[in-house]
Amino acid sequence: MKIIAVCGMGIGTSVLLKINAEKVLKMIGVEAVVEAADMATARTAAFDAQIVLTTPELVESLKGLNAEVIPIDHFFDLEELNTKLSKALL
Amino acid sequence: MASLADAFGEGSILIKDSVNNRGSAISISGELLVASGKVKSGYVSSMLEAVEKFGPYIVIAPGIALAHGKPSDDVLETGLSLLLLSQPIEFQHSQNDPVRLVFGLAATDHESHIGIMSELAEFLSDQANVNTLLTCSDSDQIRALLG
Repeated sequence: MKIIAVCGMGIGTSVLLKINAEKVLKMIGVEAVVEAADMATARTAAFDAQIVLTTPELVESLKGLNAEVIPIDHFFDLEELNTKLSKALL
Repeated sequence: MASLADAFGEGSILIKDSVNNRGSAISISGELLVASGKVKSGYVSSMLEAVEKFGPYIVIAPGIALAHGKPSDDVLETGLSLLLLSQPIEFQHSQNDPVRLVFGLAATDHESHIGIMSELAEFLSDQANVNTLLTCSDSDQIRALLG
């Protein structure tokens, strides 16, 4: 299982998403690799990924991927991540 | 592990009454990184460009923005800055406006700052920390809170 966390620059938002997604995956008992990527490399990185996590603003730019794109509103809200990841994975 | 406060260089924390728009909020958080020796001034324009290009997605949670550019030659050292605004400012974000906390982030590469970001995430995911941060009236108080 591979999950990509995407933001514009690949160092801020996506890294926060990666950190919190890893926490949630542990909580729900799913083994997955989470990688952070910027918009320039997202399409290549997401090629063999099942899920892409990103902000609502960037969903439109990530259309057409095979992976399921899940927008996250509040990056520190583990509950939101938990609900959305559980729905997609369990 | 180094504490979260260590990521904030000397002179990187500012409390200000208000700014005119999100651009100046981002610029100030960038200038704080310049002042504390983390980046060259060119980095500040890359922080502004990121928002021009990709939108206000840097508002990562209600009231909190994480302004940043890309790892580049303009980044001297990985680090953070913080602008605390007494008057909130609109970033035109769909969910998380208005903003009072503007963190500036500089990273030398895609890996070096992950420890700092984990600590920042840990700190900000506790709403009590955020609430206390918003009541701080000087940078020493903020530094003590960051731990």
